Amino acid sequence: MTTVAESFPLPERRGTAGRLSDFFWRHPHVLLAILLGPPLIWLGIVYLGSLFALLLQSFFSIDDFSGLINYEFTLATYRQLLSEANLDIIIRTVAMAALVTLASAVIVFPIAYYAARYARGKGKALFYLAVMLPLWSSYLVKVYAWKLILAKEGILTWFLAKLNLLWLLDAWLALPIVGGSSLSISYTGTFIVFVYVWMPFMILPIQAALERVPANLIEASSDLGGTPAQTFRHVIFPLALPGIVAGSIFTFSLTLGDYIIPQIIGSSRLFIGQAVYAQQGTAGNVPLAAAFTVVPIVIMGAYLWMAKRMGAFDAL
Amino acid sequence: MRSEKPNHAPLGLKIATAAGLAFMHLPILLIFLYAFTTEEKSYQFPPPGLTAQWFAVAWSRPDVWAALTLSLKVASIATATALVLGTLCAAAVSQTRFFGREAISLLVILPIALPGIITGIALRSAFSIAEIPFSFWTIVLGHATFCIVVVYNNAVARFRRISGSLIEASMDLGADGFQTFRYVILPNIGTALLAGGMLAFALSFDEVIVTTFTAGQQSTLPIWMLEELIRPRQRPVTNVVAMIVVIVTFLPILGAYYLTRDGDKVAGAGK
Repeated sequence: MTTVAESFPLPERRGTAGRLSDFFWRHPHVLLAILLGPPLIWLGIVYLGSLFALLLQSFFSIDDFSGLINYEFTLATYRQLLSEANLDIIIRTVAMAALVTLASAVIVFPIAYYAARYARGKGKALFYLAVMLPLWSSYLVKVYAWKLILAKEGILTWFLAKLNLLWLLDAWLALPIVGGSSLSISYTGTFIVFVYVWMPFMILPIQAALERVPANLIEASSDLGGTPAQTFRHVIFPLALPGIVAGSIFTFSLTLGDYIIPQIIGSSRLFIGQAVYAQQGTAGNVPLAAAFTVVPIVIMGAYLWMAKRMGAFDAL
Repeated sequence: MRSEKPNHAPLGLKIATAAGLAFMHLPILLIFLYAFTTEEKSYQFPPPGLTAQWFAVAWSRPDVWAALTLSLKVASIATATALVLGTLCAAAVSQTRFFGREAISLLVILPIALPGIITGIALRSAFSIAEIPFSFWTIVLGHATFCIVVVYNNAVARFRRISGSLIEASMDLGADGFQTFRYVILPNIGTALLAGGMLAFALSFDEVIVTTFTAGQQSTLPIWMLEELIRPRQRPVTNVVAMIVVIVTFLPILGAYYLTRDGDKVAGAGK
């Protein structure tokens, strides 16, 4: 562009604004620097800087006697991270995140499918709002609503009692691992709330992927004698998969790092987020807290890499 | 464009969709019912009676007002910051080509792609290393960081739709860069920015995970609610506050929806 301006000299603009505008036109890099500078300083220095500072601390250790941080490079904190109790926390969290993601995909898929293929006009707009409102409504209010629902005197017990199904609830709570003395302090409760809170994040990516499935492919499949189940299995599902993976990034990541839901609705056994919170707060062991945060970062890194290979980012 | 949509969804699909949507919406509706319950000590269902007295009680609570004001202030300033930074970033990424463009979009998304607790603890430890005391501004800093992406996403999507020939036409007709921005670009991205700002506001107004790490003794409304969730003191007031939060966050979301709904009708789109 500069070459054009040089070979056909244009009249210079007058006034400060005009001269400035000319200057930017001749030097697009200066304009780019001005545009990018502030956000880059904010995100690149303040945010990334904080992240690196945190990661750096995971290579320090805490002095057992004084409780002070020992600023020497060591892998001792990582050894501590891989102790049995801490590994338990990591496995529990990852398993929960995987289950929540799977359940969300199953619940959400019909909604996304209906919205993509059958809803139209006003109905479609309504569908979009019906998805957006729960997605954006307050996180804590959603958790609070489930506290109301799962409470012993709450609506769920009342509903099951009306249906004479209380024995089913009791039988479920008597099961090992998923059970507990009440739903609000069991893994089942934690699981339900996680699914409820993070599920809406999955709908729009899946819907976007499904909308891109050409209708004539589906028609061709049934013309060639495919049953609806076969069409779903061999045509729709593979084409929707990038959207499902894209949506699962949110449900998985958000479940991995959450520490409020398991604290309010769940058993006393910790998840990664709670461990981080406890280590940096009451325990005062910032290096171990930092090492704990490395776990979700590594898992999400691997997850994002895999998602990128499956073309999930095109579905976002 | 798809030729035609089939008319009738299979019954199973209809039921699964309806059940899924009911699962998403009923718990929130329950909040509205509980705001009127006469029961004080438990979450009893069905409510023994209905009353509107808790609205008056909540109205006269200074701690609720303090938390609400703080949340509104934080959300306004964080949104304003995010609007400036997000728009600058979106303009740079969509209007120019440079080395590392992909990395920029990743960088912007990172604060929400990583679990909130990581952003929170990273900022907290950075504040303690730099010996910055917790204040109103540390809360704003945390919020603005993850609000940028919302504005950025909205702005980038709209920038992509603005036809480059419009900008060239403006330049050809003698407008300078600032005039082009004022009369051609701004009217076209205005609604997208407003929508992004509204979503950022809703996001900030509701944020709790990062806030617990970047707030000192102050409590925003979500922090106030979190304390009530862990140690319930006056459940009816919490119920009322929960209902108010639902309403306050719904309004900007609806607003953002109506603003971006006609996004396809940007001048010069589809040319």
